[in-house]
Amino acid sequence: MTLVDTRTPDPKRLIPGATGDWEIIIGMEVHAQVLSQSKLFSGASTEFGKAPNSNVSLVDAAMPGMLPVINEECVKQAVRTGLGLKAQINNRSIFDRKNYFYPDLPQGYQISQFKDPIVGEGKIIISLGPDRQGNFEDIEIGIERLHLEQDAGKSMHDQHPTMSYVDLNRSGVALMEIVSKPDMRSSDEAKAYMTKLRSIVRYLGTCDGNMDEGSMRADVNVSVRRPGEAFGTRCEIKNVNSIRFIGQAIEYEARRQIAILEDGGSIDQETRLFDPGKGETRSMRSKEDAHDYRYFPDPDLLPLEFDDAFVEALKSDLPELPDDKKARFVRELGLSVYDASVLVSEKAIADYFESVAEGRDGKTAANWVINDLLGALNKAGKGIEETPVSPAQLGGIIDLIKDETISGKIAKDLFEIVFNEGGDPAEIVESRGMKQVTDTGAIEKAVDDIIAANPDQVAKVKAKPTLAGWFVGQVMKSTGGKANPQAVQALVKAKLGIEE
Amino acid sequence: MTELTNLTISEARAKLKGRDITAVELTDAYLSAIDAANGALNAYVTVTPEKAREMAKASDARLADGKGGALEGIPLGVKDLFATRDIHTQACSHILDGFKPKYESTVTQNLWNDGAVMLGKLNMDEFAMGSSNESSYYGPAVNPWKAKGSDEKLVPGGSSGGSAAAVAAHLCAGATATDTGGSIRQPAAFTGTVGIKPTYGRCSRWGIVAYASSLDQAGPIARDVRDAAILLKSMASVDTKDTTSVDLPVPDYEASLGQSVKGMKIGIPKEYRIEGMPEEIEKLWQQGVEWLKDAGAEVVEISLPHTKYALPAYYIVAPAEASSNLARYDGVRYGLRVDGKDIADMYEKSRAAGFGKEVQRRIMIGTYVLSAGYYDAYYLKAQKVRTLIKRDFEEAFHAGVDAILAPITPSSAFAIGDKELAADPVKMYLQDVFTVTLNMAGLPGISVPAGLDHKGLPLGLQIIGKPFEEETLFKTAHVIEQAAGKFTPAKWW
Repeated sequence: MTLVDTRTPDPKRLIPGATGDWEIIIGMEVHAQVLSQSKLFSGASTEFGKAPNSNVSLVDAAMPGMLPVINEECVKQAVRTGLGLKAQINNRSIFDRKNYFYPDLPQGYQISQFKDPIVGEGKIIISLGPDRQGNFEDIEIGIERLHLEQDAGKSMHDQHPTMSYVDLNRSGVALMEIVSKPDMRSSDEAKAYMTKLRSIVRYLGTCDGNMDEGSMRADVNVSVRRPGEAFGTRCEIKNVNSIRFIGQAIEYEARRQIAILEDGGSIDQETRLFDPGKGETRSMRSKEDAHDYRYFPDPDLLPLEFDDAFVEALKSDLPELPDDKKARFVRELGLSVYDASVLVSEKAIADYFESVAEGRDGKTAANWVINDLLGALNKAGKGIEETPVSPAQLGGIIDLIKDETISGKIAKDLFEIVFNEGGDPAEIVESRGMKQVTDTGAIEKAVDDIIAANPDQVAKVKAKPTLAGWFVGQVMKSTGGKANPQAVQALVKAKLGIEE
Repeated sequence: MTELTNLTISEARAKLKGRDITAVELTDAYLSAIDAANGALNAYVTVTPEKAREMAKASDARLADGKGGALEGIPLGVKDLFATRDIHTQACSHILDGFKPKYESTVTQNLWNDGAVMLGKLNMDEFAMGSSNESSYYGPAVNPWKAKGSDEKLVPGGSSGGSAAAVAAHLCAGATATDTGGSIRQPAAFTGTVGIKPTYGRCSRWGIVAYASSLDQAGPIARDVRDAAILLKSMASVDTKDTTSVDLPVPDYEASLGQSVKGMKIGIPKEYRIEGMPEEIEKLWQQGVEWLKDAGAEVVEISLPHTKYALPAYYIVAPAEASSNLARYDGVRYGLRVDGKDIADMYEKSRAAGFGKEVQRRIMIGTYVLSAGYYDAYYLKAQKVRTLIKRDFEEAFHAGVDAILAPITPSSAFAIGDKELAADPVKMYLQDVFTVTLNMAGLPGISVPAGLDHKGLPLGLQIIGKPFEEETLFKTAHVIEQAAGKFTPAKWW
């Protein structure tokens, strides 16, 4: 692959060094486990968390004479992902063998795609911001390719004093390796890229994106250079398994390389590991130790071929992707770009929001989801998947405001009750007497009582009409917040003789 | 009892159906013959008498009910390369010591489904790498043929040497074999038997220990053309477990026997007249031409210009695939393990002890030609040669040729332990010079006995056909068989 520089150096992304500014160049190879019932070339289950070696077929264990048979669902998932990345879909691709010895690689080779991948060039738009002015910056990150390959098994070194054990449950599970172009220029961009990629595969349902289970992991290529100069020598940081670690690893690695270069040294091309405990990267193997994988086309598998109709059928069934959804929220629901961005950031949040917004005012729904629901979840340390308030419950609360059964203020209390205790919002309002008082007789009496009890304030309000607010507050207090605020306001003003 | 083992499959089939003989009698006759001969011929590496009698009994029960498949009660030998459930399957290699699979290869399952009886596993070159059966961990199988006036033990050819020796010596009614570069056809020629390598994709490779996946193809070795046709009909099938197998109906090959070759155009490739070829091979070839002409075929000279590159290209492609296919024999999960101080040491010790010299040589050649910096010069170029070889054949067939007649081996069977061949592996590789082209092109080829040389040893001729036109091969080979007669070794064991 030829590396092409697609970006103009941007002063706000440069890192100052002792001898001048530096620019970081980042490219990523992300391994995403394909969501499928069975493995890439065998019928064994892909279920996570089973007892060691319980999801292993004869093919996965590389028994003599066994042959791989491609799983069509995995092919579909790769094509869907390619479409989601607005990428070139290759109707003909080839599986190659990548040869190396390791105990958790039973065949002695990994079936992968080398020269002719299933998906070619595509792109991802990442959005950075908002900045202090509230603006977002959209940046296009190029995708070089996506290919299908087998995962390896797992070596376990803590099971026996002198021996290692091997678990082949993952052996042969389908992975998509998604390779970006070297288009990222800061750790924030790299984190945004990974976040966006995860969001896309989750929207598509092609990968669960669970980095803590290893369903997604990144090899991060980092190099530094003087702005405008040619690319420097890169180091590859292997198997980084959280977005936060990606940021930390890049920051550490860039500064390590800058320090070496500023000392007059040079960077050795090597593979490094990120140690999350120490927050640093360390050398794993140098270029000289790199394997010669002896790639060649797997003679057990014919070239993978499909026609345009196969791709078109998948395309027509593709769900709406985050960028399109965001644009629609802004265009059709009148949401701000910021609100729309927050809502589409995770598919589960967007789904939740759309369920609440169905038949209701979009902006109101967005405010409740973002400010109240996400705020409360965040405080409770919960994700959207664990929300105690269902979209129907939140919608119920909004409906109660709309039909003036409760006030906005009471609604906040009601939300808290539903969040902590559950229950049907309308029933809670009923049983706990939270209904808004709209009976003017009752409100009039309360207003009269407050006016009668506070002659001093009545005197002052003649001079300063804005003090009417004090009376409104007192009335609301005396009615336990249940009085309709508009009605109270009107009555107070009328009784005190304040002009509208 | 001995005359029972003299029955061909078609003869035995008739007698079994007619209840003139029972499958158990026939099986016992073979088991006794094996007992008596295997010490001398070393054709079997494992005999399965209990399994054989059990299968024969079941066959008799079906036959008694007037039922039974196409091979009901026919005792067969199986090359050790085929996985057979719970039975020795080691590709005649030390590295697969003790390996008994929990699965049955598709080809052997097809045979058992048709009622065949399994006698045991047959000797072969280790991992099917060899042309003399001398690379077997279990020692060489011995050719039932001997030169006139000589007591020297001869090779039965390879890699399917055990299959050929067992069929020629009547230690089974027929045998499975595989052909990657000539491993069915050359041993058949050396033993006076009939062997067919069908079109690549005709038989499933599932459950056959892989040597070179793009070249490996299963086929039968049998006593005559009819038996070969009966066996291939049963062995061939499409298989969802092998995506390189082809979904085409399997014709009744036997029905093509006796069909006329009148008007057929037979090509004689001039490039097969290689330097140093013995005159009697040339004469035999000419004799073949005459027989076919007499039967009404038209014979034309053709050119397959890239033939000379086939052998070197084959010895790049096959080892390349083998080096990868054999990576799974690492001492981790099954077979031989020699402990070491760490994992790399264990790999090295296990593979050094487990693989014989020839296998190690081919793994090294294969590893070399796939290495960075050499891939383009060797592997890629060899693949291009392969395309050209394929095109040579396509052009000949396009020009109207129906089948091609060629020699099959540059000589008759040679001595076990031949010093010249042992000293120079390339000389041994030259055994494959007439056979590898077909594997490179994926085409079917049949080896049919055509005569004896001056030493009284059998020689064969090869008929090469269009993809999936095995019927043409059977009917043409049948014409030669009718003219040349059949050849049986004098019993000395």
